Amino acid sequence: MTSGLWELVLKGVWVTVQLLFLSALLATGVSFVVGIARTHRLWIVRFLAGFYTEVFRGTSALIMIFWVFFVLPPAFGWQLVPLWAGTLALGLTYGAYGAEIVRGALGAVDPAQREGGVALNFTPWQRMRKILLPQAVPEMIPPFSNLLIELLKGTALVSVMGMGDLTFSASLVRLALQESAEIFTYVLLIYFVIAFLLTRGMRRLERDLKAGLGQGPTRPSRFSLKRDTAGLSASTTTGTAGVGAGVGGDS
Amino acid sequence: MKWDWGAVADFMPHFWDGLLVTLQALALGSLISFALGLVWALLMRTPTRWVRWPVGVVTEFIRNTPLLVQLFFLFYVLPEWNITFSALTTGVFAIGLHYSTYTMQVYRAGIEAVPVGQWEAATALNLPLRRTWTAVILPQAIRRVVPALGNYVISMLKDTPLLMAITVLEMLGQARLFSQEHFQFTEPLTVIGVAFILISYPASLLLRALERRLVR
Repeated sequence: MTSGLWELVLKGVWVTVQLLFLSALLATGVSFVVGIARTHRLWIVRFLAGFYTEVFRGTSALIMIFWVFFVLPPAFGWQLVPLWAGTLALGLTYGAYGAEIVRGALGAVDPAQREGGVALNFTPWQRMRKILLPQAVPEMIPPFSNLLIELLKGTALVSVMGMGDLTFSASLVRLALQESAEIFTYVLLIYFVIAFLLTRGMRRLERDLKAGLGQGPTRPSRFSLKRDTAGLSASTTTGTAGVGAGVGGDS
Repeated sequence: MKWDWGAVADFMPHFWDGLLVTLQALALGSLISFALGLVWALLMRTPTRWVRWPVGVVTEFIRNTPLLVQLFFLFYVLPEWNITFSALTTGVFAIGLHYSTYTMQVYRAGIEAVPVGQWEAATALNLPLRRTWTAVILPQAIRRVVPALGNYVISMLKDTPLLMAITVLEMLGQARLFSQEHFQFTEPLTVIGVAFILISYPASLLLRALERRLVR
């Protein structure tokens, strides 16, 4: 491969990274808003949030991308820049998956914590912000980490719309070289390296957040002995369900 | 926003063709992923690391790279090695392979969830290794993992539109073809979007019911 072609690939990497960052940002926002809305006390808010989740998890991300690119412009009379259209489609779709993670983690917080907040006369918002979320967020990190990898893989879909991401640059290089094995191997390796770095980063984030809560490995083991065994037995009983309830599988 | 029911009616025959291809790809892809996933899971339990390590690396690699690029890889690179399949076969194989790296984890969890006592009982009864697996461990493990496998079938359904990128005319492929011929994008895309929800939402409700029955 010539340096000109490598430059093309690097541009593709840059577009992929931008798209990943923006859509991860949007997806995180959507996850928290919709996930928290699903614990709201008004049924209509819960219903709307649930409806959103089921609709966006029910369709395929690629169909959402087609929809945003082809149906939105004539229907509402505005055309989005490809990067924003991709961000919108991916962020909304993966946000729906993330909302389930947020809801699950909030539901897993010990009910006594919420009751304690009520007893101390916290407002619902204060309870969420000061009691529930700080405990729920570290639990969300591992599933969010999986979701982030899914999102990274999802960014490849925008190449179908002709957006110049890493996958699209691979197709261009393939046409230039008239040979596929080399470039596709490189591109797969690049995706793998990005995924590896993301996983590492998320693991580190989880450790820091848990250390902030006094959970994690920094705590002396004699205190965490009891909770550890409890966690172990819980994970064996829900083991099989937990796998599917991860990211792509759950629906 | 204008909605043309005439376009919907015109699209419906193509829609059914596409649905058939989608379901075909889904069924075959699921079978491949179930079988291959079990093979990976069993290989990961072999005692030598010379098997575990390569299998681990390969499956990790497949799981962390986009299905779309894998599809392109198989679709464009295999012919260069003088192996030619139809687009649908290539797509089915790619989906099956990709999801086998997920089902592998499901099987692993299922196998690990079989109580140790079952292994010990098999040893005490002097069952050969083969029979321990086929008569004791796997029947219990697979029963537990059925709902989780079902979840992956639904995910697979939502990834079948990717086959469009390698010229397979499944639902999205049909919708795109129709749109390009008639310049009507809204109706076909919305029809298949709704179709996906109509298939996957009841399927997920069904699985939830199944999960309650099978996993205690």
